[in-house]
Amino acid sequence: MLLRRIIKVIKFTTLQAKWSSILNICSIVLWVIFAVASNLLPEVYDTLFAGLCLGGMLYYFKKEADFKMVNSYIVAHYPLVAVSVVTSLAEIVAPDFVETYDDYFEIAILLAFAWIFARWVSTKKQEEEFRAVNEQNLVLDKLVAERTAALTKQKDELQEAVKLLQTTQQQLIQSEKLASLGELTAGIAHEIQNPLNFVNNFSEVSMELIEEMGEELAKGDTEEAMAIANDIKQNLEKIRHHGKRADGIVKGMLQHSRASSDVQELTDINNLADEYLRLAYHGLRAKDKSFNAELITSFNPTLPKVNVVPQDVGRVLLNMFNNAFYAVQQKQKLGIEGFKPTVEVKTSYPAGGKEVVVIVKDNGTGIPEEIKDKILQPFFTTKPTGEGTGLGLSLSYDIIVKAHGGKIDINSKEGEYTEFIISIPAKN
Amino acid sequence: MKILVVDDEADVQPLFLQRFRKEIKNHEIEFNFAQSGEEALDFLKEKHSEVVLILSDINMPGMSGIELLGHIREDFDTPPPPVVMMITAYGDEENHRQAMEKGANDFLTKPLDFILLKEKLKPYSDQ
Repeated sequence: MLLRRIIKVIKFTTLQAKWSSILNICSIVLWVIFAVASNLLPEVYDTLFAGLCLGGMLYYFKKEADFKMVNSYIVAHYPLVAVSVVTSLAEIVAPDFVETYDDYFEIAILLAFAWIFARWVSTKKQEEEFRAVNEQNLVLDKLVAERTAALTKQKDELQEAVKLLQTTQQQLIQSEKLASLGELTAGIAHEIQNPLNFVNNFSEVSMELIEEMGEELAKGDTEEAMAIANDIKQNLEKIRHHGKRADGIVKGMLQHSRASSDVQELTDINNLADEYLRLAYHGLRAKDKSFNAELITSFNPTLPKVNVVPQDVGRVLLNMFNNAFYAVQQKQKLGIEGFKPTVEVKTSYPAGGKEVVVIVKDNGTGIPEEIKDKILQPFFTTKPTGEGTGLGLSLSYDIIVKAHGGKIDINSKEGEYTEFIISIPAKN
Repeated sequence: MKILVVDDEADVQPLFLQRFRKEIKNHEIEFNFAQSGEEALDFLKEKHSEVVLILSDINMPGMSGIELLGHIREDFDTPPPPVVMMITAYGDEENHRQAMEKGANDFLTKPLDFILLKEKLKPYSDQ
């Protein structure tokens, strides 16, 4: 019985590795004590002594915080302690009583042991479950850590992608600006070539004529010489004319390409509109010499100068004009009888003096109802691939509405006309 | 030799007239001018048999030089067909190719090198 109890205690210790060494020593000591005690004490005291020892140990274990886990197991031993103490006391006090009811006492002790065993089993089971749960937790923790790492990596990759997209968008906007400038310079370079050719050719011809004139004078034919002199005079006039033509075109181009500062200056919108209208027309004609359109301008003479960034507003107007020309060109391709492509620019200064209004109207293909609210979106275009970036109107919107606090309104009837109404606040 | 010059720039006329001053004086060449493809075709409808050579700019509003070339080759092909030389801006490969495809005899670039032009005209003036 004692042995069994001690074995139980030892088994108990295997659950607590930390204490195992100490407890092993203890159990050995107990063995020794019991061996000695049982020899010294009469039998009846054996059991009592054992019970009290066990009780003491249990009490001690219960006190130790380390053993909290197996608390229930410790508690399970109580019945045994109780029964053995009672039994031994009973044996000491009333041996006859015990003899009679020996069976019952035996059964009680057996039950106490059984109780301990049962509790031991259930505790073990609990512990196994506990361990299993712990292991599962560890596995789950590991999984969570892995997932978190994967997600963090994904997040970083996405951030990189976003950065790349932002950079690309900036580049696209920049190249749209350059493209519109590029188209213009190509057209303008083309336009300049003609006047320059004349300047060169007429200069050369004039040099030849002067030689001829010399010959005629030497011959004494002053009449012929005068005729030649007249021709030379006309040539020089033509050279001047074409030179000025080229000069005007270059000036316009320089204006447009001037690095866009954000500096606002008092600008005459009438002049700006006129200049950029002609620039747009030149540019388009250079690309497509068959292009012809009627240009109607009605500039309000009372228009005050407004504080704007001229290159930016110019770019907006240029974009509007280009769109208008494109629209009428498209409509012309339909081959409608008697269709005269017309683009009209009108400036006005409505009563109240709060704003300056520029209206660009064309009688081209118009804007279908479904896409009316899309056209100001970046990258939206109805032009075939490669012909338009779709950034013109969205940039215009940025410039007029965001940078200048103005408005862009659009009226259109599909197949008939389109009207862009740009309002710019006029600060008095 | 009758030459028809087609170019939308009006100042081309005094240029040619002065550059070919001697030839005109000697009645070697006679120049006519048209400022558009349409004008050129109208002229050819009447005087086509006389015109030996046509010099046409390619980049013109309305009917382009290439279109004109096409019309000339279709409508006025009774032998001998007129010689057609196209004038175009420097570096315009696409137009060059198209012109050759449509049956142009020769090709010149702007700015016109009149000395080169006179060289090219020589073989035809000896007829």
